[in-house]
Amino acid sequence: MRDSTFKSAFSDRTAKTFMGVLLGATLVVTLLNQFFPPDSPLHVSAYTVTLLGKYQCYALLALALDLVWGYCGILSLGHGAFFALGGYAMGMYLMRQIGDRGVYGNPELPDFMVFLNWSELPWYWQGFDQFWFAALMILLVPGLLAFVFGWLAFRSRVTGVYLSIITQALTYALMLAFFRNELGFGGNNGLTDFKELLGFSLQSDSTRVGLLMATSLSLAMAFVLCRWITGSKLGRVVMAVRDAESRARFVGYRTEHYKLWIFTVSAILAGIAGALYVPQVGIINPGEFSPLNSIELVVWVAVGGRATLYGAVIGAILVNYGKTVFTGVMPEAWLFALGGLFVAVTVFLPQGLVGLVSQRWAAIQKQFQKKETGNDNHTPAEGETP
Amino acid sequence: MSALDNLRDTFRRDQVFDFMRQGTRAVAPGQLDSSAGKNILYLEDITVSFDGFKALNDLTLYIKTGELRCIIGPNGAGKSTMMDVITGKTRPDSGTCFFGQTLDLTAMSETDIAMAGIGRKFQKPTVFPEHTAFENLELAMNGPRGPWHSLFTRLSGEQKSWIEDTLATVGLLEDRHKVAGLLSHGQKQWLEIGMVLMQKPQLLLVDEPIAGMTRQEVERTGELLKSLAGKHSVVVVEHDMEFIRSIASTVTVLHQGSVLAEGTMEQVQNDPKVIEVYLGE
Amino acid sequence: MGHVIGRFFITLLLAALCNVVLAEDATDTGPAPNAGLHDILNQLASRSFDDKEAAIRQLAGQDHPRVVPLLNALMNRDLVQHRDSGAILLGSKNSDGWQLLDPVSEEVQQQVGSRDARPVVINNRLRTVINNQLALRDLASPDSEQRYQAAGQLIGNADPEMLSALAARRAKETVARVQDRIDVALNIATLNGDDLAARLNAIEALAGSLHPAAKNALRDRVAASDNPAEVRAAEKALARIEARIERYQTADTLFFGLSLGSVLLLAAIGLAITFGVMGVINMAHGELIMIGAYTTYVIQQLLPNSHEWSLLIAIPAAFVVSALVGILIERFVIRFLYGRPLETLLATFGVSLILQQAVRVIFSPLNRTVITPEWMSGALEINPVFSLTYNRLYIIFFALAVFLALLTLLKKTRLGLQVRAVSQNRTTARAMGIRSERVNALTFGLGSGIAGVAGVALAQLTNVGPNLGQSYIIDSFMVVVFGGVGNLWGTLTAAFSLGIANKLLEPVAGAVLAKIIVLIFIILFIQRKPRGLFPQRGRAAEE
Repeated sequence: MRDSTFKSAFSDRTAKTFMGVLLGATLVVTLLNQFFPPDSPLHVSAYTVTLLGKYQCYALLALALDLVWGYCGILSLGHGAFFALGGYAMGMYLMRQIGDRGVYGNPELPDFMVFLNWSELPWYWQGFDQFWFAALMILLVPGLLAFVFGWLAFRSRVTGVYLSIITQALTYALMLAFFRNELGFGGNNGLTDFKELLGFSLQSDSTRVGLLMATSLSLAMAFVLCRWITGSKLGRVVMAVRDAESRARFVGYRTEHYKLWIFTVSAILAGIAGALYVPQVGIINPGEFSPLNSIELVVWVAVGGRATLYGAVIGAILVNYGKTVFTGVMPEAWLFALGGLFVAVTVFLPQGLVGLVSQRWAAIQKQFQKKETGNDNHTPAEGETP
Repeated sequence: MSALDNLRDTFRRDQVFDFMRQGTRAVAPGQLDSSAGKNILYLEDITVSFDGFKALNDLTLYIKTGELRCIIGPNGAGKSTMMDVITGKTRPDSGTCFFGQTLDLTAMSETDIAMAGIGRKFQKPTVFPEHTAFENLELAMNGPRGPWHSLFTRLSGEQKSWIEDTLATVGLLEDRHKVAGLLSHGQKQWLEIGMVLMQKPQLLLVDEPIAGMTRQEVERTGELLKSLAGKHSVVVVEHDMEFIRSIASTVTVLHQGSVLAEGTMEQVQNDPKVIEVYLGE
Repeated sequence: MGHVIGRFFITLLLAALCNVVLAEDATDTGPAPNAGLHDILNQLASRSFDDKEAAIRQLAGQDHPRVVPLLNALMNRDLVQHRDSGAILLGSKNSDGWQLLDPVSEEVQQQVGSRDARPVVINNRLRTVINNQLALRDLASPDSEQRYQAAGQLIGNADPEMLSALAARRAKETVARVQDRIDVALNIATLNGDDLAARLNAIEALAGSLHPAAKNALRDRVAASDNPAEVRAAEKALARIEARIERYQTADTLFFGLSLGSVLLLAAIGLAITFGVMGVINMAHGELIMIGAYTTYVIQQLLPNSHEWSLLIAIPAAFVVSALVGILIERFVIRFLYGRPLETLLATFGVSLILQQAVRVIFSPLNRTVITPEWMSGALEINPVFSLTYNRLYIIFFALAVFLALLTLLKKTRLGLQVRAVSQNRTTARAMGIRSERVNALTFGLGSGIAGVAGVALAQLTNVGPNLGQSYIIDSFMVVVFGGVGNLWGTLTAAFSLGIANKLLEPVAGAVLAKIIVLIFIILFIQRKPRGLFPQRGRAAEE
């Protein structure tokens, strides 16, 4: 897409299709949940509503990863850390909202702090009773971490495999840290037992539906944003950095700045995804920092297809749906399936499903054209091989 | 220049003011002074040694503004090292290297040298394989390089024409929407020359451009380089004698790090020293 | 110097005491030394504890091989009195009552009901007496180790009889470490005595002793004394002891650091080889280590009676098993992904998931125990505060041996030459006739095999479970990132430095924070040297 602006990104056909499908589906689900009684066959249960919300959060996370990996070539194996940090920020707000309805009835301190015999709220919890502050932190904390980490890493030209390993180590270290009770984030139990968000009870169906809609909207907006970025000159430079970094540097671009920019934006998107995730699943614990999580999300993008944006979304939804099915039916087999998926996708499907489908489609089109115009009159279209 | 110097300059009695001088523009410090007729590149007594081996040995060379110069010489003569010194990749152990009257290349960083107007096209073509030819040139285009600017910028009509003109110059206008990875080897070389041109260089350093090209492509390349001279100063390093004869006005022969001979192709080919080095013992 | 004088002084003083006491003892002892053991034992039938004590002392004074076993039997309530005859016999409890044996000859005499015999009753004081007598006997033993242990047992013992015996022994003792121990015992005893001058000398003498009892005695003296000079002296002595202990604790930390480093070395060196030669980051490396550990477990199960041999067999077995698995991975997965390191990373991660799950399904998700053979248990005690456990010591040497073997393989053998050629310039190597595919497979096999061997070592130190690999993979990567892949020495340096750094930080910052600090250090280090300590040279632009 040539030279996008934010406005033009909206009107782009792909974006419109995507948003249409997404928001349309959400609307349908909402209606089916709200307006049909539970015993009707058309009713969609609250559980399904939450599940769809979860999938969409994962889709947003996958989008964020596609931005850095598909378009910039940075294989971040620690993106789950940003997701978790955003989640914790939201979790802290929700914990403060519990107020005195917790087990210990302390209006200021969350239960786990009372349990640890803490007498007052630590300084880093201050402000989280205000939603605007929490929202700011959701954006700032992952963003800041990404900025500092990226600045250190990219400035010293750490690339490729070394960088990926370091991102793994980062999320691993954060996991170890957050498991400690002394850090004041709930230790290995994490933050849970939330009651309400902005005054809306988290148990009620209408809140769930509201969260689903918020998630869909965020996903749609993020999609448009990413379309804008990747269609602009910035996106083209970023792709140039991916394909031939020293050449891009030689042309005069400060590649570290571009990588840092896209890495930070991606981290913020991941943080938003985490923040939307937590009120829907009702808990955030240090397991979210687990290195395995971060690697799993890579397979979502790989399965869908890199550098297509909607591929990442499709991949995330498909794989997680598969996971839900597997772990329900045959839990031991899930890890086999996941491992096998990794191997199969990298060896056989480097372009992902989207790539496979477009190859097939192009082949079919060629067949069709050949039949119509005869063998010799085949003129190459834009970008096609003669 | 301090205020005092400026004051002194104003009251000089042996010169008229700068703006009075015919045919010269006032050149601010840091700007290239490349008035026509003068030299654009000065290399004087450049010596570079690597671990005791002298790659360049008191090399002295001048390139006139707007000329098309060919540098030839056997392997190890120092051609690439000379290019490296000019672009700032290697610092000479001694000697001076000036771009125009005022810019000391030995004191500038690689990026600054590129920004000042020296473009280098390397031997192996490296274009951006997933971008179209048009996009490659757009990326190489002179202008602000920051991420925020890139996000919000749009290609103006003028810039678009400029890119298309350059595409036409290097002969890729019809293929402008073709993905660069799919271009032929020769086309990639031209694309890369185009990319260097997009940075509005005054001096073009072209390193063995015709390696791996077909006959027709070689011809095209020769015409291209000749057309570039005049508006730009072009220095070509090559091995192929036929090609050089077809394009060059002046040829410089390097040998063991210094200039062996200089002149037209004819003069150089009949120079006994050159014959000895290339053919003799 | 003060040490020597102190000891000499003590010895003189107590030797003098000894003669007096021993002389007394000589006259107090009852019947002649050659009285029958049975008679002595029968004195234990008396109700009076004093009589029993006399009997014990008499027994201890006999020079008979059965004395020590009988004293122990008395302690363990195995000496019983037969109700009818009143005789003291050895009793062995069984389901029908007591089986009575002759105490001296151990012949079975008769079987009686449980009510027909009763163990000889002793109290705590008698226990002390028995222990002291046993210690005294050991003190006179021809075996220096026994004397050493005996002296150690008597430290803190204030019984004058024991002290005089110790002093007597000291005069005759020739083995240095037994001498030292006796001195400690004597000095501590003096510390609780009344003579100030003697106490001051004792303080001086104890001023470097690492025995915990010495520290305690000095502390007690500081608390109990009202003489400021003495208190100062004691505190100074304590300070010196603390300083010595600290030094040894640092040594201990270093030892643990070396141990961790050796484990990291074994774990990471396979990875360095595969990454260095093939540019392949194998995320399944941890699982190959785990497979080696499980191989050890399996072999132990197959050979339940020879734990010593099972370990030695496990080493080559684990090598082979892991190497085979590695070659399979290379042939079926990695081969298709050459030149795409990030894809390889992902694909091998998938393999690691499969391997983990396979082990969970085949064995069980729970941890398995691997038994440490005899020759690897226990520790080499250097002094009371510093001992080197044998298993860690062996593993350090083992790791170094493996390292040297690898170095030799790479530098001296044909395969090593080919491997090095391929790693530096694959195309040229192929042009020279080296079958790079075969070299790939073999290199990968080699790296994997070493991982298996690392698993054997790890099995001795930690629990064997499906998650074993995961705990070591990140550390192995850190070693490879830090040390670079150009050189095996880089891996060695990195492994040991990271191991030692980790252990040095642990007491200060806690295990988790130590890990985090090391990680941050590596990230910062990468700023200056992005390719590690010993980067690979001669390789064209990587990824």
